[in-house]
Amino acid sequence: MSLQVVTANRLDDGLVVFLTADGGWSENIHDSRVADGKEAAAVLLKEASAPELDVVIVGPYLIDVEQGDGGLVPTKYREVLRTKGPSVREDLGYQAV
Amino acid sequence: MYRYDDFDRQLVEERTEQFREQVRRRLAGDITEEQFRPLRLMNGVYLQLHAYMLRVAVPYGTLRADQLRELGGIARKYDKGYGHFTTRQNIQYNWPKLDEIPDALLDLANVEMHAIQTSGNCIRNTTTDQYAGAAADEIEDPRPYCELIRQWSTFHPEFTYLPRKFKIAVTGSPNDRAAVKVHDIGLRMHQNDAGETGFEVIVGGGLGRTPFVGKTVRDFIGKNDLFSYLEAILRVYNRFGRRDNKYKARIKILVHEEGVEEIQRLVEEEWAQIKDGSLRIGDDEIAQYIEQFAPPAFETLSDDDADFERHKAESRGFSNWVRSNVIEHKQPGYAIASVSLKPIGGIPGDATDVQMELVADLSEKYSFSDVRVTHEQNLVLPHVKKADLFALWTELEKANLGTANLGYVTDIIACPGLDYCALATARSIPLSQRISERFGDLDRQHDIGELKIKISGCINACGHHHVGHIGILGLDKRGKEFYQITLGGDASENASIGKIVGAGFSEAEVVDAIESLVTKYIDIRDVGERFIDTYRRVGTDPFKEVLYGDR
Repeated sequence: MSLQVVTANRLDDGLVVFLTADGGWSENIHDSRVADGKEAAAVLLKEASAPELDVVIVGPYLIDVEQGDGGLVPTKYREVLRTKGPSVREDLGYQAV
Repeated sequence: MYRYDDFDRQLVEERTEQFREQVRRRLAGDITEEQFRPLRLMNGVYLQLHAYMLRVAVPYGTLRADQLRELGGIARKYDKGYGHFTTRQNIQYNWPKLDEIPDALLDLANVEMHAIQTSGNCIRNTTTDQYAGAAADEIEDPRPYCELIRQWSTFHPEFTYLPRKFKIAVTGSPNDRAAVKVHDIGLRMHQNDAGETGFEVIVGGGLGRTPFVGKTVRDFIGKNDLFSYLEAILRVYNRFGRRDNKYKARIKILVHEEGVEEIQRLVEEEWAQIKDGSLRIGDDEIAQYIEQFAPPAFETLSDDDADFERHKAESRGFSNWVRSNVIEHKQPGYAIASVSLKPIGGIPGDATDVQMELVADLSEKYSFSDVRVTHEQNLVLPHVKKADLFALWTELEKANLGTANLGYVTDIIACPGLDYCALATARSIPLSQRISERFGDLDRQHDIGELKIKISGCINACGHHHVGHIGILGLDKRGKEFYQITLGGDASENASIGKIVGAGFSEAEVVDAIESLVTKYIDIRDVGERFIDTYRRVGTDPFKEVLYGDR
């Protein structure tokens, strides 16, 4: 089973966002809509790549996630950093909130 | 220092307004990201891991006090209170909002700054010796020629869509502090047999995934002919450089594949056609630019200052700082003072808004409002009276800017790495912090002596790892950060590319590995040998043995 969510950067401020269940974009990965399997992931990415979203977000792509104790966690460290902020500045990014 | 003329001012203002309109159209949906991306890149705006990044040009690493103060103001107004000085002598902001960037660019334009030539396949911002105009070993100040290169290359219509980016570095000193041999073109000032000053032209150096030390394409070009000769090289590159493969598109690959003799033949052939044209610069014009960089109004002083010597004798901290961070100036009674942006355990190259403003103030007070950015990610006050050094150091110390480690093992170059960069494969900064902490004891640093550690978080080598005495390349190995060590790199006039010593190390192992290398060096060095000297004498094997034993 491979779980995936769609992430992108928001156009106006560039911050990391995730595609949500209602088709919106959240700064919190836990709000993400999760695709289970290749077909569902392709549907998710297609929705995120709709031309009208070009004024909302930049560069949508799929990332692998796992269901951890505290919610969804990306499997790659790069993506973990995107959900938090720089590891060397814990006062910055989403981790600071 | 150079001041904008009306053309410069108009050019930058128009560019700023043009970009404001492009951003407006992008946010309104009138242009797509695909259309906008090359436009934002031409204005220094990247999209990185967490947010947009704005890269601001510091032409040839020279700043006035008001400019550095504005860089601090921009950090506070449009970013999160800090900026990152890079190996390109530029500054990067990590968190600007797209819709606010045009205002930031306008603020920059008001102090004669911009983000032009910081991205895209054009001739990038020219870099040079951070001690230009001050160094005792300098033949001549290279900055007038850097400024002429800036004017020749900015928006050069023929070279706006080169096969790939193109970087020129210039040194006016035989001791190369600008790493000119690892640039697309390196210019080394020297005098010919007739006593004329001109440049050796080195082509095809570079780092990245295929590192090369550049090759000399011409031993000597006179100042008047420099620009037509550069144009000839760029024309040859623009025509023959590979456009079929991004990874083979830099001029270093062309030089490597065709051979330097063939490149030389093509360049000379092209140059013969254009050398007597409009790019030939007259002595009068050169003199005007030299005048723009005329030395400040130095006082006539003795080179010996009793108070300076007394402070050194009384304060160990000051004496340590002078030992590493202060070097000889060409003018008696003055010195060049480096401001380390490498506090022990800190983030290399980062400076807060307040620190930038303080250094701006100190440069006004002590250094004729002149500040430099170094490719090793530090700042320099180039013209400080020896009598003022103690007061300067005291004020720097209070702001955590008085670290006495220039050239030592903790003066590490590190790219932003995976903490910020979208291209990175591993983190660089935390590793540099751990190495810095491991070797933080100053007596130990003095014992080790000059040792340049350079860390890149991916194969693109922004952290110059190929030319580190010890280079570290961060990679991703099955989802884990993993670090490859190279030895024997050197960015100086004796440039060399480091050799991979063996299998890489995990994040947990790599600092111990570095310490083993340093311990081995101390065990086997001859008197007076730096790490790089010992490595050159004994080769890789003794170091390999301490890392891998029989493995």
